[in-house]
Amino acid sequence: MSINALLDEFKEKAATPKQQLAEYKAQGKKVIGVLPYYAPEELVYAAGMVPMGIWGSNKKTISRAKEYCATFYCTIAQLALEMLLDGTMDGLDGIITPTICDTLRPMSQNYRVAMGDKMSVIFLAHPQNRFEDFGLQFCIDQYSHVKNELEKIAGKEITKEAIWDAIKVYNKSRAARRNFVKLAGEHCDVVTPTKRSAVLKAFWFMEKPEYTAKLEELNKELEALPACNWQGTKVVTSGIICDNPVLLAAFEENNIAIAADDVAHESRSFKTDVPENETCPMMALAKQFAGIDHDVLLYDPQSEKNRRGEFVANLVKESGAQGLVLFMQQFCDPEEMEYPYLKKALDDAKIPHIKLGIDQQMRDFGQAKTAIQAFADVLEMSK
Amino acid sequence: MAKQVMPGVLALRKVVDDVHKDAREAKKRGELVGWSSSKFPCELAAAFDLNVMYPENQAAGIAANRYGEMMCQAAEDLGYDNDICGYARISLAYAKGVRVSRKYDPETGEYIIDPSTGKPLKDADGNVVMDEATGKPKKDPKTQTPYLQLDNILEIEALPDGPEKEKRLAAISPIRQMQIPQPDFVLCCNNICNCMTKWYENIARMCNVPLIMIDIPYNNTVEVGDANVKYVRAQFDQAIHQLEKLTGKKFDEKKFEQACANANRTAKAWLKVCDYLQYKPAPYSGFDLFNHMADVVTARARVEAAEAFELLAENLEEAIKKGETTTPFPEKYRVMFEGIPCWPKLPALFKPLKEHGVNVTAVVYAPAFGFVYNNIDEMARAYYKAPNSVCIEQGVDWREGICRDNKVDGVLVHYNRSCKPWSGYMAEMQRRFTADLGVPCAGFDGDQADPRNFNAAQYETRVQGLVEAMEANAKAKEA
Repeated sequence: MSINALLDEFKEKAATPKQQLAEYKAQGKKVIGVLPYYAPEELVYAAGMVPMGIWGSNKKTISRAKEYCATFYCTIAQLALEMLLDGTMDGLDGIITPTICDTLRPMSQNYRVAMGDKMSVIFLAHPQNRFEDFGLQFCIDQYSHVKNELEKIAGKEITKEAIWDAIKVYNKSRAARRNFVKLAGEHCDVVTPTKRSAVLKAFWFMEKPEYTAKLEELNKELEALPACNWQGTKVVTSGIICDNPVLLAAFEENNIAIAADDVAHESRSFKTDVPENETCPMMALAKQFAGIDHDVLLYDPQSEKNRRGEFVANLVKESGAQGLVLFMQQFCDPEEMEYPYLKKALDDAKIPHIKLGIDQQMRDFGQAKTAIQAFADVLEMSK
Repeated sequence: MAKQVMPGVLALRKVVDDVHKDAREAKKRGELVGWSSSKFPCELAAAFDLNVMYPENQAAGIAANRYGEMMCQAAEDLGYDNDICGYARISLAYAKGVRVSRKYDPETGEYIIDPSTGKPLKDADGNVVMDEATGKPKKDPKTQTPYLQLDNILEIEALPDGPEKEKRLAAISPIRQMQIPQPDFVLCCNNICNCMTKWYENIARMCNVPLIMIDIPYNNTVEVGDANVKYVRAQFDQAIHQLEKLTGKKFDEKKFEQACANANRTAKAWLKVCDYLQYKPAPYSGFDLFNHMADVVTARARVEAAEAFELLAENLEEAIKKGETTTPFPEKYRVMFEGIPCWPKLPALFKPLKEHGVNVTAVVYAPAFGFVYNNIDEMARAYYKAPNSVCIEQGVDWREGICRDNKVDGVLVHYNRSCKPWSGYMAEMQRRFTADLGVPCAGFDGDQADPRNFNAAQYETRVQGLVEAMEANAKAKEA
């Protein structure tokens, strides 16, 4: 398949989750919705079911979810509830609701209450003190609860072998996505910000072996391309989610390419593999969670240092980008709390950045587009 | 009846003053002073004789003293979004050295009085004295205060000794919450919220101090499972180890046991004081409980706090016998106040309640700080149950319990812009209160610390609506 044909296919998959859900159901498969962040999707796969990521929507408007939420809640969480209430996700057999931020904590209750008997709502609380034996054990306990609930839905036991198999499938997909991110940065003339976003977004909806096979095919084609002579500028993107097509198009209009990202919906979700040398697969999954570092949502025992800010600043330098664009999700206090020290690290490293306030109900892009345009000029001077 | 100050209340005020004084003096002696989240197990720090201050309580005090907006804006100038919890913003500005200070004339050293401050001047007969030139009431000069500005303690301390340094130090607001020493370590327990985790990480980074973290994840069931207890219990051990390293002292089990005994005694006395709101009419206004929170937060492991609450309970017992109340109006309706109060707007909050004879006879804080336990596993279980770490069924059960016991006619719900975990399932809770208790609910928008998020007109309208619904309910019951 040609690069363009593959990119078009990912674009199609990224834009049609509802259709894919219907197809999975028509094939007699059970489907589990997975909310942010860090749910062990491997367990869903190991149960023979299809996991589908739920990260809100750029096309919906909050209406029914207002019965549960005050206005000052992240639109990703509210629109997830909206889609659970408006029938979009009626085909799901269950959802997993992690609770690592202050919006997801009470929202886990709203999801459970709102769904009633409609579908299983599987609760997940990750540990923040996740490194010591007791933290790993707590994580295993929580994952075991998820596993038990998934077994009830699947109607069968999730075996150790099946989990190991799932771990291998997921590690393979993580490696492919990391490779893609690198190649997309190198061939940014072909993989534009919009196309890059679609490739990474499609992961959340597609069946993983199929996704990874297609992505490896794309990676191979990209590797074969001659080096790109990019005349524009490059940035690193940062934030929870950066899939808004209008904003990504504004990048393209201003010749800004994405060299790498520090985005929860993208690289943050696949930068850490599950260790394959453990005896117990549940311990392996817990160790993967413990291994996630430099994350706005997770506790850093060395918090007196500015490790995360410096990590992101280094990412900008190492990726060859000239600056950083922060997509600040409205009402996301973990991101907001980390911003002053991210800014400090970027300023110390003399890396220009802009902070774009976004949410998924954004319909007026004038101000953001102007900011991107002005930033392009700044970046041009930094080249 | 005019409001009288009970001896128990005076004792409670002294306890909090002493906690602050002790910390200031300890810092002067070169001893370690820590900052702690309000529901960190204070018993652990007490076992090491550590002086600990409480940023949430501090922020509430700063907000109640009308400095909330200035401090929140100072945090915003540091890059913290105005969406972030107002307590966190105030605390982060303070951690960065920001202080509210009185403006003075650098030449004379005199404070510059802000003419817009002060109460109206009254003559010997108690009549307001009018200013003929402006046609407005004259201000009583004794009640006028200087202009306020922001200063920075870290900058002041870096100055060479001399009159400028002295004057700037002296100009810092004298309220105890503006005199809290900078931290040498921080103690964080995120049972209240995950914002706490990031807040304390930021303080640790700003002040380059160690952070001791006890993580209590959200719980989806009414019961706290054994695995959850085990996780928290292991973190207690880790925290003890970290405190040993920090202080160079061994964990003193006897001191720990004493602190636990004191904390239990305080919790029981606190709950007893709260329970006096069950009487009809209540011997005091539930708003007074908010004032006593400082003791439960900052001093619950001190025997003096237990004694002061016990004294207050005795005072209340007596008031009941005499049929007295400190509520400054006849109690017509009884409501539960849901959430943290809007500290910067307490008078505005109280005004329409007083007008309509609405007494707050139930607050969620009562069970929230009543940590009662018999052993360390039970202690872990108790700290697992903070208002924002429990599932909706537990949250509803707590509230409906106190609504029934304290015989409320309605519920006033504060949608607190600062607190996402608290306000997050409030709409569903309101539906349940009405369905289960048959009482009306009214919600209003506000904030625990940032006055910009409160609208008095909206609040008054909502209270009015609640009163009308309670009135209709009462009439329907009579019929």
